[in-house]
Amino acid sequence: MNARARLLLVTVACVAIYFAPLGLRNYGTYIITLWAIYVLAGMGLNLTVGYAGQISLGQAAFWGIGAYTTAIALKAGLPFVVALPLSALLCFVVGLMLGFPALRVQHHYLAFATLGFNVLVYLVLRNEDWLTGGSFGINNIPRPIIAGWRLRAPGDFFQLTWIITVAMGVLMALLLRSPWGRAFAALRDNPIRAESVGIDTTFYTLLAFAIGAAYAGVAGALFAPLVGLVEPASFNVSTSLSMLLMIVAGGSGRFFGPAAGAVIVVLLPEWLRFAQTWYLAVFGMLIVVMMVWLPGGVLSIPDRLRRVRPVRV
Amino acid sequence: MSDFLQLVISGTATGSCYALAALGFTLLWQASGTINFALGEMVMLPAFIMLFCLAQLGLPLPLAFAATMLISMAVLGFGFKRAVVDPMIQHGVIPLVIATLGLSIALKQTVRIVYSAQVYTFPSIFSDTLISWGGLRLSVSDIGTVLVAGGLVAGLQAFLNGTLTGRAMQAVAQNREAAVVLGINAQRMVLYAFLINAALAATTALLVTPSYLAKFDMGDTIGLKAFYAAIIGGFNNSRGALLGGVIVGVLENLVGAYISPGYKDGVALVLFMAVILFKPEGLLGRREERKV
Repeated sequence: MNARARLLLVTVACVAIYFAPLGLRNYGTYIITLWAIYVLAGMGLNLTVGYAGQISLGQAAFWGIGAYTTAIALKAGLPFVVALPLSALLCFVVGLMLGFPALRVQHHYLAFATLGFNVLVYLVLRNEDWLTGGSFGINNIPRPIIAGWRLRAPGDFFQLTWIITVAMGVLMALLLRSPWGRAFAALRDNPIRAESVGIDTTFYTLLAFAIGAAYAGVAGALFAPLVGLVEPASFNVSTSLSMLLMIVAGGSGRFFGPAAGAVIVVLLPEWLRFAQTWYLAVFGMLIVVMMVWLPGGVLSIPDRLRRVRPVRV
Repeated sequence: MSDFLQLVISGTATGSCYALAALGFTLLWQASGTINFALGEMVMLPAFIMLFCLAQLGLPLPLAFAATMLISMAVLGFGFKRAVVDPMIQHGVIPLVIATLGLSIALKQTVRIVYSAQVYTFPSIFSDTLISWGGLRLSVSDIGTVLVAGGLVAGLQAFLNGTLTGRAMQAVAQNREAAVVLGINAQRMVLYAFLINAALAATTALLVTPSYLAKFDMGDTIGLKAFYAAIIGGFNNSRGALLGGVIVGVLENLVGAYISPGYKDGVALVLFMAVILFKPEGLLGRREERKV
């Protein structure tokens, strides 16, 4: 498939998904909105994991910071068009502050730093009642008003979410095609070599991580008005873990990896309701098996089938 | 003042449990470069195996512990190495980290399905009496825990430094190629590290579960504290794990009592951040050279 056909296919798919709520009930629309939000947060995480080659176990913490920021801002009467960039900006700054110490050292310390950060964010959300409402969280978050029109209907809100997701996706694609994006890939493939040709690896990794955090912030800003209630339990470490495994399952370092991974994490459990109790256990086990047999994720299956098996030496 | 001392002592007891788990973690890292994110579940699973032996099979605690020890060394030591680590280690650290994360979810959820999300009490090997000593009220189980954990760490140190096998394990950790050239069976030494890790995790389960209580997600906290203990003390140093564990345990207790109980679990992270900012190799660690 050439680049033009691929672009056409993606455009058609994006437009088709935009009109998906026409064929869905309210609950179905809610689920695909949630899927789009996971795709957004996943795109950011994919930048950190798939392109910069670092492991982050705190994406849900940034998602939570974004959601709470928007919830508090909307409650305070700020418009959504202000709250959303504010969430992204806050996550970006916090990402820089967390990433700076962690990325100075080797051994994938970012994984440990983000894991602990997620625990800390959860504790703050739970303990600082004056700001976050403690374990009950913040409820009755209003749906946003865009150009004087309140997006009450689930379909309208989905379309807003989808427009933002696609826009952020285009932004990500442009970023990855820029010299900056190439530097990200270089430092994933061989950090020491990248450093020796003049790429400031720490700076680029830090930037990738902070941009990834900002994407989670945008996802959070959309999540808060979607569910109307934010509570600490939504943003704990296990959510971060499923976001990471979602990226890996979809295919980390592949542009559409998060979209495929989010299907596995958000949509499949809905269809497999009968297997709900076993779902996570099997999912975890499949990840282990996949790392041995299919480290490129589900999106690498076509490549895998097409390629002639190399002769074993 | 006596409150303070009691907090320090009970913190040392919890901390030495973190240290045992952390020690297994650093051993695996040194021997094979494995970062094991399923560490907490390797403590949780033995706790439930012991519960099963106690409740369903009616075994007495010492026998249940012995059986659990064997099972965990076979499954979480040998099995883990052969089925998960060996096929993946040549692909680098990241696939293995992800695989152990997957494993951690799988183990947790399986236990949740079998035992539900309920909390189970767990018998202690020590009596629950308190001794009064010079105005201090000390709990026998705290002192026992510190002694058992301290003894194990000292014993392990003696094994690593004093026996031929222990020295060979250290040689493999320091320079694998040179060790192989000298005729050391590197694979076997790595296997020993996995077995010791499993044994340490099972012992941690025995010591920590009476106070932590058995629950499918009990490994989350223990694993996290053990990671931090290992890094704070020094990733490549066994004594560091002990120091790191005790520091985390004691400070947590003090913060919980004097500053804010809600932020007790955040102490380890703050310490960790301070350590990687100012002394990234850990308090007792040494710097490592990077390979190109």
